[in-house]
Amino acid sequence: MASIKMRAKITDGVTTVKVLISHPMDTGLVKNKKTGKKIPAHFIQEVVCKHKDTTIMTANWGAAISKNPYLSFKFKGAAAGDTISLSWVDNKGEKDSSDIAIK
Amino acid sequence: MTSMKRRIFLKGSLATGAVGMAVSTGLLTPRASLAAWTKAAFEATDVNGGASALYGSTSMDKSDKIKIKAPDIAENGAVVPVSVTTSIDGVSSISLFADKNATPLTAEFTLGPGTEGYVSTRIKMGKTANVVAIVKAGDKLYSSSKEVKVTIGGCGG
Repeated sequence: MASIKMRAKITDGVTTVKVLISHPMDTGLVKNKKTGKKIPAHFIQEVVCKHKDTTIMTANWGAAISKNPYLSFKFKGAAAGDTISLSWVDNKGEKDSSDIAIK
Repeated sequence: MTSMKRRIFLKGSLATGAVGMAVSTGLLTPRASLAAWTKAAFEATDVNGGASALYGSTSMDKSDKIKIKAPDIAENGAVVPVSVTTSIDGVSSISLFADKNATPLTAEFTLGPGTEGYVSTRIKMGKTANVVAIVKAGDKLYSSSKEVKVTIGGCGG
């Protein structure tokens, strides 16, 4: 399940990471129009990004992050070619992870 | 008479004990690995409640070193791009709140030592509200806010 699209680019020592995850991010408040029943909450709770075993960013998310979440952040101390890995876990225990090299 | 009361009391306490056990085990199974995910903070119904559950404090200074980039008018509340940039040193955490959402806390980002004070994401907003960013640097909290007008809400209904 490739749910993660990720890019990391280094300029002047600062690495910019951009991530797109495909996920429904259901709040648990929306009703299914056909059945009238509420669609149960289903959202990513935790996103962890690591560079060489060091956690550079942990995002704790609520249901109010938009569907197919976008995330971007910057960090220092990496070199081109280094691997960064990103993983997420949602409230149903589903998970995914991805590794890429910094350009 | 006294023994009857005692019996009822014992029954009652046993029952609540069992329920308590069920709740705690039920909560532990799916989220055992998510120690950092603070349920209370994400279920808080106002910004102060969320901040105190998250950081253990609600005393924060307004800071002009936090810049929130968000649209003045968001046509679709389901997708509101928000980015936060701060020039404060030693930022360890950035959290984002939409203060009129049923549960205002939308996200909390814990940043490592080499990570810049910048995050960008897209959030859902139920209606016109202030987007509040709280930044933790050292032991202090700083905040800033920006109003976003929402024409179509994005939290259901």
